[in-house]
Amino acid sequence: MTTTTPETARRDPRGAEPLLSVRDLTVTFKRQGEDPFVAVDGLSFDVRPGQTVGLVGESGCGKSVTSLAIMGLLPDRGNTVTGSVELDGRDLLTLSNKQMRDLRGSDIGMIFQDPLSSLNPVVPIGRQVTEVLERHKGMSRKSAKPVAREMLHKVGIPDPDRRLTEYPHQLSGGMRQRALIAMALACEPRMLIADEPTTALDVTIQAQILALLRELVEEMDTALIMITHDLGVVAGLCDEVNVLYGGRLVERGDRHPLFHDPHHPYTGGLLSSVPSLEGDAAERLNPVPGSVADNLPWTSSCAFAPRCSNAIERCREETPAAVASGDRVLRCFNPLGGQASPAESEEDRR
Amino acid sequence: MLRFIVRRLLQLVLVIFALSVLLFAWLKSLPGGTVSAMLGERATPESREALTKELGLDQPIPVQYWSFLKRAVQGDFGVSNGVQPGTPALDLLLERFPATIELSISALLVAVLLALPLGYLAARRRGGILDNVAIVGSLVGVAVPVFFLAFLLKYWFAIELGWMPVSGRQEVGNATRVTGFFVLDGLLTREWDASLDALKHLVLPAIALASIPFAMIFRITRASVLDVLDEDFVRTARSKGLTSRVIRGRHIMRNALLPVITAIGLQTGLLLGGAILTETVFNFPGIGNALSEGFTKRDYPVLQVIILAAAGVYVLVNLVVDILYAVVDPRVRTR
Ligand SMILES: Nc1ncnc2c1ncn2[C@@H]1O[C@H](COP(=O)(O)OP(=O)(O)O)[C@@H](O)[C@H]1O
Ligand code: SF4
Ligand SMILES: [Mg+2]
Repeated sequence: MTTTTPETARRDPRGAEPLLSVRDLTVTFKRQGEDPFVAVDGLSFDVRPGQTVGLVGESGCGKSVTSLAIMGLLPDRGNTVTGSVELDGRDLLTLSNKQMRDLRGSDIGMIFQDPLSSLNPVVPIGRQVTEVLERHKGMSRKSAKPVAREMLHKVGIPDPDRRLTEYPHQLSGGMRQRALIAMALACEPRMLIADEPTTALDVTIQAQILALLRELVEEMDTALIMITHDLGVVAGLCDEVNVLYGGRLVERGDRHPLFHDPHHPYTGGLLSSVPSLEGDAAERLNPVPGSVADNLPWTSSCAFAPRCSNAIERCREETPAAVASGDRVLRCFNPLGGQASPAESEEDRR
Repeated sequence: MLRFIVRRLLQLVLVIFALSVLLFAWLKSLPGGTVSAMLGERATPESREALTKELGLDQPIPVQYWSFLKRAVQGDFGVSNGVQPGTPALDLLLERFPATIELSISALLVAVLLALPLGYLAARRRGGILDNVAIVGSLVGVAVPVFFLAFLLKYWFAIELGWMPVSGRQEVGNATRVTGFFVLDGLLTREWDASLDALKHLVLPAIALASIPFAMIFRITRASVLDVLDEDFVRTARSKGLTSRVIRGRHIMRNALLPVITAIGLQTGLLLGGAILTETVFNFPGIGNALSEGFTKRDYPVLQVIILAAAGVYVLVNLVVDILYAVVDPRVRTR
């Protein structure tokens, strides 16, 4: 299959220097009385200026931990982060707390899953927007107010003057997420991380928020990392999609080739449930039979093997390596369709 | 908001009314009745009868209550017959109440100013040295009886070390009285030494009285901050790159304060209990002292007026707490 640049992609990002470059990111949580838990395991991906990149995988695969590691928002204690996260060539993992504070909200914005709990219930919406401007743009509270008002207008909140003085509980779910987007984008960051921004919302509102995000990042030329467990969400949005399983990248590709011709059995499983948008929610949340509890250790096998319809003997004995061919990366011994070249094992590579 | 306040003020009147009925019933049920209580068991039948007539005790009960209420509204609660014989009960209250209020406010200030920052720090450094020390301190604060703590403080710092006065409210004899709050009076009249002297007299009783409120407010603050630290909106605040000062004040403490306000209100209401003990140990001339003396000397007019006043303050404190709560939490306002 030949890959053409999809016409809906905002720009052809190939060739541009990456804005964000994640290399071998590994996050390990220490657990009392148990072995350390590797939540993110050697993850690498790039985000180019203005590009929208998806991080997709079911709950627990390490998406949020990845985003928090990038933002420097993991808990102070109890974890180790290795690898590198370079923004414009500066490794964020080596920056001081103060340097990261200057960067958050200014160069990278973030929005979260549950808009109600993500907003401070006792501070007016307007104040929660102006405080970012005061912090990063050196504005006074007064001069930040019209900017905040404009921002609320921009994210499609009607009657922004009134909303500025209202509190989160007075807004609907969709409006709250819009307000959070306004806060995250107030300083026009070059990158936005959206961690499951629509999961807590009604289906119709989901579509509106996704459309708004697409419109805004396009208009402001902001790069976007879209995190979701739902491939349907990335379908209309992402230039490139990274599929994660058990903390590792299992497949990466441009959106169209990946959607039309998934090589990894897990990607295939996720995709098979996408068209039935009205389908049973539970089925869509867990489209692949079995659960992560069945996972094998990546260190001596393919973690997905117990749930994989394509598994062969080798899958339980060796670790498949992530192999790049063109823009595609694949980690599988026995890919779907048979056209893709199967991976060698990590053991062989050493 | 205004309607809310008016409604609560009406409730205040209602509570005071209900309390007056209870107090009246209590006076009626005293052993030997009011007359024995006032004249003692060995009074002559003639003087008993005279007083019975004078007090209108030969009238039907509702009439008696009505005249009791009429006198009360005019500020006539009878005359002290034990604590300060001959002084009208209301005058005694007005003279003593400021002392207790001054002491209570000092104790609350000590408790709150220590408990809030310590509670915050203990939560932030959960499991650390400070956390453990403060937890043990708060356990001690609750476990040691106020009476005993007051006595220890008096013995060490007043008697042994002589750093603080042993008893009373003020030694400066000719200080001008304005409000009855001695520290404030000194400031108003620029009699600095009088003010400082009154302040010195407050230190030890205030610390003793603060022990339990400190312990309770500290614990609630710590638990509440721990809860808030886990909240998503704190993560959002961090994701915006806000300074630690703004995150601490606007995002963590403003939310953590909600349960703390309730705790402070509750402890304020309970202060009178501690004040009785503290004032007795330090011979501090407040209503706590008058109350314990009134009980032993069966000074019913004094007991009655103090209990009424204390109940009124209790309800008033609750009103202030509710208003504060509504100020901090917009969800209460719009409900
Ligand atoms: N603070 C933490 N301490 C220990 N384990 C954690 C912590 N945060 C996340 N994890 C674990 O890391 C794994 C990945 O979590 P997460 O990134 O939140 O998944 P998701 O892909 O659903 O966002 C999960 O198994 C989770 O239990
Ligand atoms: S390596 Fe084997 S088990 Fe893993 S996804 Fe590929 S076929 Fe399935
Ligand atoms: Mg998540």
